[in-house]
Amino acid sequence: MAYAPEQLQVMDSMIKRYPRSRSAIMPLLHYVQSISGYVTNEGIELIAKLLALETAEVSAVASFYTQYKRKPVGEYHVGVCTNTLCAVMGGDAIFAALKEHLGVENDGVTPDGKVSLEHIECNAACDYAPVVMANWEFYDNQDVSSAKDLVDSMRKGTPKPPTRGPNSLVTWKEASAVLAGINDGKAGEGLQAGGPTLLGLKLSKEGK
Amino acid sequence: MTTTQENTTAQAVELITVVIDGFEVSVPKGTLVIRAAEKLGIQIPRFCDHPLLDPVGACRQCLVDIEINGRAFPKPQASCTIPVEPNMIIKTQLTSPVAEKAQRGVMELLLVNHPLDCPVCDKGGECPLQNQAMSTGNAETRFQGVKRTFEKPVAISSQVLLDRERCVLCARCTRFSDQIAGDPFITLNERGALQQVGIYENQPFESYFSGNTVQICPVGALTGAAYRFRARPFDLVSTPSACEHCASGCDMRTDVRRGKTLRRLAGDDASVNEEWNCDKGRWAFKYVTAVDRLITPLVRGADGVLAAASWPDALAAASAGIKGKRTAVLVGGRATTEDAYGYSKFARIALGTNDIDFRTRVTSDEERDFLAAKIVGSTTTYHDIDVADHVVLIGFEPEEESPIVFLRINKQVRKRALKVSAVATKLSIGVEKLKANFIKVAPGAESAAVTSLELTGKSVILIGERASETAGLLSTIASVADKTGAKIAWIPRRAGERGALEAGAIGSLLPGSRPVSDAAARVDIAAVWGVPTLPANPGRTTSEIIDALDSGNLDAVVIGGVDPLDMPNSATALAALKKSFVISLEIAASAVTDLADVILPVAAVTEKSGSFLNWEGRPRAFDAAVSDSLNRSDLRILSALADVMGESIALGTVTQAAREIASLGKWDGARVKLSNVAATGAKSISNNEALLTSWRRLLDLGTLQKGEANLAGTARKSVAVISPKRAQSLGVKDGDILRVSNSHGSISLPALVEDIHDDAVWVPRNSFGTQTLISLNAVHGDVVSVVKA
Amino acid sequence: MTKLAPVLSAHWDEKDSFTIAAYTRNGGYKASAKALAMDPDAVIQLVKDSGLRGRGGAGFPTGMKWGFIPQGDEKDHYLVINADESEPGTCKDTPLLMANPHVLIEGCIIACHAIRAKHAFIYIRGEVTHVVRRVNQAIEDAYKAGHLGKGIDVVLHVGAGAYICGEETALLDSLEGFRGQPRLRPPFPAIAGLYARPTVVNNVESIASVPAIIANGAEWYQGMGTEKSKGTTLYSLSGHVNNPGQFEAPLGITLREILELAGGVRTGHKLKFWTPGGSSTPLFTDEHLDVPLDYEGVSAAGSMLGTKALQIFDETTCVVRAVLRWTEFYKHESCGKCTPCREGTWWLVQILRDLENGVGTEADLAKLLDLCDNIMGRSFCALGDGATSPITSSIKYFRDEYLAHLTNGGCPFDPVKSTLFSGASA
Repeated sequence: MAYAPEQLQVMDSMIKRYPRSRSAIMPLLHYVQSISGYVTNEGIELIAKLLALETAEVSAVASFYTQYKRKPVGEYHVGVCTNTLCAVMGGDAIFAALKEHLGVENDGVTPDGKVSLEHIECNAACDYAPVVMANWEFYDNQDVSSAKDLVDSMRKGTPKPPTRGPNSLVTWKEASAVLAGINDGKAGEGLQAGGPTLLGLKLSKEGK
Repeated sequence: MTTTQENTTAQAVELITVVIDGFEVSVPKGTLVIRAAEKLGIQIPRFCDHPLLDPVGACRQCLVDIEINGRAFPKPQASCTIPVEPNMIIKTQLTSPVAEKAQRGVMELLLVNHPLDCPVCDKGGECPLQNQAMSTGNAETRFQGVKRTFEKPVAISSQVLLDRERCVLCARCTRFSDQIAGDPFITLNERGALQQVGIYENQPFESYFSGNTVQICPVGALTGAAYRFRARPFDLVSTPSACEHCASGCDMRTDVRRGKTLRRLAGDDASVNEEWNCDKGRWAFKYVTAVDRLITPLVRGADGVLAAASWPDALAAASAGIKGKRTAVLVGGRATTEDAYGYSKFARIALGTNDIDFRTRVTSDEERDFLAAKIVGSTTTYHDIDVADHVVLIGFEPEEESPIVFLRINKQVRKRALKVSAVATKLSIGVEKLKANFIKVAPGAESAAVTSLELTGKSVILIGERASETAGLLSTIASVADKTGAKIAWIPRRAGERGALEAGAIGSLLPGSRPVSDAAARVDIAAVWGVPTLPANPGRTTSEIIDALDSGNLDAVVIGGVDPLDMPNSATALAALKKSFVISLEIAASAVTDLADVILPVAAVTEKSGSFLNWEGRPRAFDAAVSDSLNRSDLRILSALADVMGESIALGTVTQAAREIASLGKWDGARVKLSNVAATGAKSISNNEALLTSWRRLLDLGTLQKGEANLAGTARKSVAVISPKRAQSLGVKDGDILRVSNSHGSISLPALVEDIHDDAVWVPRNSFGTQTLISLNAVHGDVVSVVKA
Repeated sequence: MTKLAPVLSAHWDEKDSFTIAAYTRNGGYKASAKALAMDPDAVIQLVKDSGLRGRGGAGFPTGMKWGFIPQGDEKDHYLVINADESEPGTCKDTPLLMANPHVLIEGCIIACHAIRAKHAFIYIRGEVTHVVRRVNQAIEDAYKAGHLGKGIDVVLHVGAGAYICGEETALLDSLEGFRGQPRLRPPFPAIAGLYARPTVVNNVESIASVPAIIANGAEWYQGMGTEKSKGTTLYSLSGHVNNPGQFEAPLGITLREILELAGGVRTGHKLKFWTPGGSSTPLFTDEHLDVPLDYEGVSAAGSMLGTKALQIFDETTCVVRAVLRWTEFYKHESCGKCTPCREGTWWLVQILRDLENGVGTEADLAKLLDLCDNIMGRSFCALGDGATSPITSSIKYFRDEYLAHLTNGGCPFDPVKSTLFSGASA
């Protein structure tokens, strides 16, 4: 596919954020994902051209980072934390249940293209374990049935909102644009902090 | 003859003394511990370390214990990354149990995922992993798990195969490609235990230097298609050799089994090619064993048919054809210095003429005089590039025409941002990689740009043989160099041209810079040769010889290693040869042998000893790699022919010739004066016309690349390059077919819109589908028509 | 009983705490104004005097790090914020940035001034979309308010899933657009960091602590914590506890104290093992409840304070399973650059998987430990070292449990019992 002039303009602005153009490779890869859903060959070739790099240098970077996908994922990409703490507290059970429920393996996509599933590493929300991410938004304190409900809501096209995040779940492509540094105007939505985040403060105010 | 004097700059080097395993050693500041240990003969095992690549410390095989001023590092350090410091005490595996265990531990881990396919691996027997597993590994493995597997092997170009299972991820190949060649087409991909070397799927590893990665791979992960599964290293006989493909002068190693060259490797010469060579030098050698190789002498009978003849019969026929006849000599630019000397002496003694020229290509009288005045005996070297403040490229594309010169410039560009300028019509891939200042000129208009260059006594001007295609350019360069003190070097494409120039294989010079026109010079050489006199009239140039043969002013020609298709007006040249008595000294059938009267088969480079002078004038001597060849050098055959003619040149062996060359001594008489040739500037063009510019690419239809399909697969694609402005006016975009033509013929190629002078069109000179000399009979600056096909 | 001391977290309970309005309302951007009026060296001295140490794990004195930047060298200097929070168990910077991104931006302004940098980059891990939104918005708002753009620029850079980029030199390579693999040191970032220019790389919490230090003075900060570990910090309690969460307390508080605040270990269960500062810090057990959680105290007890990620596991948890999973993490996150980490984690996982399944002999424990010895201190960076910590420490404390897997022919634990929803039908 060819990129639209306004998309090329956005890419140019990303390059200009940095003192040296090569630094823009990561936002550009996120941005390519926001357009195509994954890092396409066209995307790699364009980035190489924009940054005056060889294509191999761009694909080498893309393949290093797990968030860059070289094949399409679902509209809602679900990550179940199965690092030790979440796994022990239920992440393993959630992941196993979702695989069965969705009929996909790790890195699989449902045939309708709605949901893809991946087991992920620690996502920095251990006080909310077990944690499930969707398009890298937080779904805290999950269990098997809440996780199934979540993916069901996605397949119906009415995904439940994140527990700490915007008022409604954005799509994979929309989230990729945010990660590329594009402000989607949703920063003001959602909680400033969840209960566990505030526990110490609350106790302190109680004199502890 | 010229021997290059090394510019030994005696800088005061600060020495640092350290103790390694109880022994003191003093090494220059900045030396890495691993190399300081080498000085003591202590070999620390290593994989990622390479003296010509930036330290990376990735494999962790070279861990040693280090303390400085009594303070020990808390853990073993990678000796390939740590420079020596005063009061450093280093304990290697020989004296530190910690280092010894660390090294064993790393070796064990390297072998965990390494396949046990040594018996079928090309590297087996010369494998650093195999060798160091013997010295540093355990006899038994403790690994009982599942090894990592990959599809094996995968072709990453038509000539390099990658076996990821064998790879130890030392990153030598990727670092070489990035740091040395400037071609990061292979990279490390993925990560962790799945990290692997690879290409981007749509761009193969088509670097002119890719073969070096095969050579420096410390395991059998990268193999060359040409050598794969052909031999075991211990069955090969290795001979140091020199590369015959260009004037860079690479030191090489030729590996032969049962009389057949199976591979060639880059040799190690710090002052020339360091440890690198180009893929042509490495992988183009099958021409020696090609089916059309000439084995026996052939004589054309009364019936006009060539028939095999004995050597005495052939030499007699040859002698009969030229004795007492007006005969000239044409010797191709690929002759060794000794062979060229043989032709030179043969012409003067046996034929009594100075009609000899090694420049059997596009050339000019201005070039002849420039070479005699400025280049013969000159001593500009690679080292001058190392210390230059500015390197200027004129009529010269180093990556295509002398790849090791490219690497050396690139090294300085990377190391110290060396300023490079290129006076050219089209921006090339190589010049772009050198981050050069591209001085864009119309073909023919180079002189003006040269005049305005900023040069000092530390600047180096590198001149390609194509500079002769612009009238007045060499004169301008000479005067600019005289004015600024800048050094000049002439870098011809062919390996033998500098040697031939020094050997006097040109009409105006006798061996060793001696002008033919100088009586004292003639006396000098006549004395060495033991003849009373030498012919005093300066000889004809290549084109004059052809003209004279054509017009009947010459009767015969002795021609060695010449491809008439390299010459302008090649059809005329072939017609002229057809009229004449032709003695051809050749290794394989060619357009010349097709019409020769006597064919005398000669030895190829690997079958004989000899030497080349590279562009620096540095001798590159080699022995016969194939020791049992029955083929003889040109020199020996010329000597035999002279004997039959009763005009001995007394050069029975290469050694004899080399000794005689060495005995000539220096010429300190006057040199040929360069008479200034005025620059004419670019020709004018009208609509749909363009000025042709072209050069030969490294990999093309060159005769010495015959039969190398794997190598040819990595050649750059043939394209016709025009500027964006011309593309717009023609309504052409990349990939559309362009037709470049003149009254002689036409060439049609896919268009590539690039940075080129608006008045110009570029096509490769001798590549697949594009032989400008043959199809267009046109050279640099000639007017052609360019239209959308 | 150590009292909690919310400084960073003081206003997190205000619904709009992440906005510039709330931050300003609570006194924000006054410290940067104060600092900008000070001599840069005085700012460095003040931070040195405060005793602030790096909160990313290593505990290097922040002011001293700033002082390493060569001054008057006429080169560009850079500040890089390490917000690539990925160490298992670590979850402090993420809620901090979600609740109050402006404190980081203000810290950046102060630090840039101190080290004479014009550019700061905030490198946030890519798997936290909403945090990226909040920080991006905060930067925009800080520009609009004129805090940024007048000599100091802050650029948000979002990662893409690589734990190794938390290693500062890997982070710099990643930020420069390369694969995030660690660099050789020397040269250190202070001399040749981002774009080979003098660079300070600081953790989010370290820089976020700076505005309060400037506002309240070094003595105030010095007054909290222990002799060599000054100030307050975020302790992140997670796992088998009744009330997990963030507890901001002076350095030196003990796990016993925090557990008490959190309502104790999961009711009906008892503490089995825990990490003081993430999975790369050697495990502790109930023997270590009273270890002061400061840099020296934890170190003296054989582990590291790390990121103060207190992951609590009760007796239902199989330590072999826990360690195997961490080891799988290190294998997944190994960058692949060096042999010991790349190949070692590959092998360790296989041995541990066998042990968890009851396959192997006691000799495999010795092999495991020897392998760890060949990885620890032999790898290119600390990731390889960290990979060995859970293994060696768990074998030290729970050797019998490893052996029980062998005699039992498999894992003797019921994984359901350790889940949060063990009461429900899982």
